[in-house]
Amino acid sequence: MLASAAGAAEHVRIRQAWARPTVPGQPVGAAYFEIATERDANLVDLRSDAADLVQIHTMTHDGGVMRMRQVAQLKLIAHQPVRLTPGGLHVMLLDLKKPLRAGESIALELTLVDSAGRRQTVRTSVPVRTSAPSGRDQ
Amino acid sequence: MNGRRIALITFAAVLAGCERPPAPPPPAFAATDLTGAPWGRDFQFADHQGRLRKLADFRGKAVMLFFGYTHCPDVCPTALADMAQVRARLGADGEKVQGLFVTLDPQRDTPQLLRQYVPAFDPTFLGLSGDEATTATTAADFKVFFARQKPDAGGHYTVDHSGGIYVFDPQGRLRLVMMPGLSAEAMAADIGQLLKGT
Repeated sequence: MLASAAGAAEHVRIRQAWARPTVPGQPVGAAYFEIATERDANLVDLRSDAADLVQIHTMTHDGGVMRMRQVAQLKLIAHQPVRLTPGGLHVMLLDLKKPLRAGESIALELTLVDSAGRRQTVRTSVPVRTSAPSGRDQ
Repeated sequence: MNGRRIALITFAAVLAGCERPPAPPPPAFAATDLTGAPWGRDFQFADHQGRLRKLADFRGKAVMLFFGYTHCPDVCPTALADMAQVRARLGADGEKVQGLFVTLDPQRDTPQLLRQYVPAFDPTFLGLSGDEATTATTAADFKVFFARQKPDAGGHYTVDHSGGIYVFDPQGRLRLVMMPGLSAEAMAADIGQLLKGT
């Protein structure tokens, strides 16, 4: 079952996805969502129509210094939602093809591999907006 | 004692008990008060139009100075957007506020790129860049830590850096640093106070 602004495939649910608008010249963008799985899995790959390269990064605020580090594989534990939010884990959209404009949407495709080695692709539409959707938005 | 003397003694006692009106309290800012700091006095960078700029060029305006880089997906665009909101919130007084963005990544943030990126937040904002040495020296002077990370196979890299928007009053004195988390509303109120001369 695939919903519109949320993504769901067998055993995977994505909620509250959003991406920040970017300005002309801005080479990278950020997107956020909450992801939950029914089986343990690793999020191993992300793609988007909006950017040439998509990665997940942590952000830590360490004695006043902000550091981002790429997470090669995001570990997902069954029934434990992981939230990507400003100031924490986030999707980095690198080499943006064009600015992200509020009101538009971008496509995000996630590849998960479970402990049995089964690969699964989830596609979701991510709205570009100036702030996070409220709890009621999916 | 007669009534008049009592009155005089009482009057003197009351006068002695009166204090002078207290001095006005120091201004209260939502941002971190840096007034009197013996550092962060000046800078010299080329702006995105190729003109050499120093702090004195902006005398008469409150200056908001932010160190960041354009490959920063969240904190930097948010700070610049907040700075733009401050100008908008101050209405006519916004004319007396200057936003400046100093790149910590001059290798990628060329004047051409800054010319697109910075004014998109507010057309009056200026992107500033210098060579590696000037960038390092000025950042150190403002106690801004930054460290470029090793590029990946594709040449991508991030820059660790400390946050905060430095604010100078119209007399060119460093007064405040606005740390991430401060609302644009609070920032505008602080800048409004500086413009009033408090």
